[in-house]
Amino acid sequence: MSVLLDVQGLQTRFRVRKGYVYAVNGVSFSLEEGETLGVVGESGCGKSVTMLSLVRLLPPAASIENGQVLLRGEDLLQLDLRQLRDVRGGQIGMIFQDPMTSLNPFINIGTQMSEPLIYHRGMSKREALARSAELLEMVGIPDGEARLREYPHQFSGGMRQRVMIAMSMSCEPAVLVADEPTTALDVTIQAQIVELVKELRDRSGVAVIWITHDLSVVAGIADRVIVMYAGYIVEEAPVDALFEDPRHPYTVGLMGALPSLGGETGNRLTTIGGSPPDLQDLPDYCPFHSRCPYAIDRCRTENPILEPVTDASDRGHRAACWVDIREVEVQSNGAGASS
Amino acid sequence: MSQTDNGNSAPLVRVKNLTKHFSVRIGAYGETKATVHALDDVSFNVQRGETLGLVGESGCGKSTAGLTLLQLHRPTSGQVFFDESEVTGLSDKELRPLRRRMQIIFQDPYSTLSPRMTIGNAIGEPLWLHELATGQEAQERIAKLLDDVGLNPAFAFRYPHEFSGGQRQRVCIARALACEPEFIVCDEPISALDVSIQAQIINLLQDLQEEYHLTYLFIAHDLAVVRHISDRVAVMYLGRVVEMAPKERLFDNPLHPYTNALLLSVPVPNPRQERQREHTVISGNVPSAINPPSGCRFHPRCPLAFEPCDHEVPEWREVESGHWVACHAV
Repeated sequence: MSVLLDVQGLQTRFRVRKGYVYAVNGVSFSLEEGETLGVVGESGCGKSVTMLSLVRLLPPAASIENGQVLLRGEDLLQLDLRQLRDVRGGQIGMIFQDPMTSLNPFINIGTQMSEPLIYHRGMSKREALARSAELLEMVGIPDGEARLREYPHQFSGGMRQRVMIAMSMSCEPAVLVADEPTTALDVTIQAQIVELVKELRDRSGVAVIWITHDLSVVAGIADRVIVMYAGYIVEEAPVDALFEDPRHPYTVGLMGALPSLGGETGNRLTTIGGSPPDLQDLPDYCPFHSRCPYAIDRCRTENPILEPVTDASDRGHRAACWVDIREVEVQSNGAGASS
Repeated sequence: MSQTDNGNSAPLVRVKNLTKHFSVRIGAYGETKATVHALDDVSFNVQRGETLGLVGESGCGKSTAGLTLLQLHRPTSGQVFFDESEVTGLSDKELRPLRRRMQIIFQDPYSTLSPRMTIGNAIGEPLWLHELATGQEAQERIAKLLDDVGLNPAFAFRYPHEFSGGQRQRVCIARALACEPEFIVCDEPISALDVSIQAQIINLLQDLQEEYHLTYLFIAHDLAVVRHISDRVAVMYLGRVVEMAPKERLFDNPLHPYTNALLLSVPVPNPRQERQREHTVISGNVPSAINPPSGCRFHPRCPLAFEPCDHEVPEWREVESGHWVACHAV
């Protein structure tokens, strides 16, 4: 498979009253044709800002300081706004968390859905409406033609998210960026939406970037996962390797903090102490060190780089940590110091 | 009233046929009157010292159940007994001494604390209101409470905006604990928090339960969390409890088709299992509580629905000791 999207050294910061919030700090990753990449992290870790930076859908206070975003070899950060408009919604489709606010309440669904088709595909209004009706049926909204005349408030949350998916897929994009598309939805509706996106992906071959804070959702949909913390990628791995052999202490902590339906109950959850660092005042060493049970002296002087891990089952498994946590675990268990 | 599965001790909270309807006006100009059936004929007990989990999707009435139980909403009909005495029908003044014994923690720690009150005052307010402590003694109690929830007692003079979401939720917990309650309704206390912080709060709630012998009604939509923290679990759908059982039984052997569907919808944090698992998703949406389906409210979405389901409300019955279900097909 060939590389579709290649992001190198992306840095995005926000201007605030007292300086800058460093939201994305040198993020590099790639996405292959047809691949699904999961992006996991807690709120404020920079996962959404990273993806919004790809198509420069950022608020005025934000600026991209550095980096390259190569979509099939073309740097999106060098495009002017007119050229970028062809990429947004055309080559890169987006779905956002809150379908309530992503749709315009004053405009009926048909008009909203045909807009990208008319703009990107040069369809006539009539053609665009016909295509929109087909798209609605494709995402599981029966009687599409009649529903085109309805307004967003006449759709439930799950249905609105289906409309958003239909819109984002309407111009057959190469990449679909889904930014927490199921977070606002109930669990039975979430399951419906995840199945729908999988089905559309398998049928159209679109590459998907699925942003979420929920590791369980990623387990079901992603081929590869990147874990973000404080604006850095701290671990990157194929999905099986990440869940079976996590190498960054933060990933390990996240997994331990997750109660599961299948696991033991009655025992305490392992927690990650403290809270994430202030993005206005990031250290120039490891941002996770103050919460890390494995931290050594080097973690307080040097920022680790994202490197392939040792004895990895897959060459694509990389982590940004000075410590090989497998060795430390053996030691601390031997000393009886594990908590 | 045979659901005493913790031996023969009397339950701390007994809810009997509790119903709460809200009158609303719908239509573009509010020209039509309608009734939201938020809670219909709900009965359950909470044993002293246990955690009863209450799960369901948004709009199923689980928060209304918590609020109505505490008389923060007055029920439309039905009864609530706290420690053997009836609390439904009491006046606000009569309720006040009882309020000291039953407290609540809300979902959103950002909006539940007054931004103009130091957290010391926020925690101390229940002490002063219930005349439990004043002056130096109150300050000592506040310091002890902060310490109990894992915050530095010196933080008492700070304001809520200086704290993160997880820390604020700790303040809310300290405030709920201030008047030494026996029973706490936890209304989605971790939903607004990040995963790593959620685990801290869950552990804290469990530690406090052990230390102060608390009884919890734990309301949440996250089944994995409920399974982790609860002793027994009740599942709600559209204003009714459809199944209730000790948690092992509910999660290993769910009887109600809705419980089953809910469990199958939860993603498993294991990619290999997730790939092999059958993905049967239930179709459709939760219908409106303004005009709920007749008979069993789940019947339009139910794979097992048959003849009586659309006109007969299924009976709430105990199929095995401690395992209650309302379904014609079981």
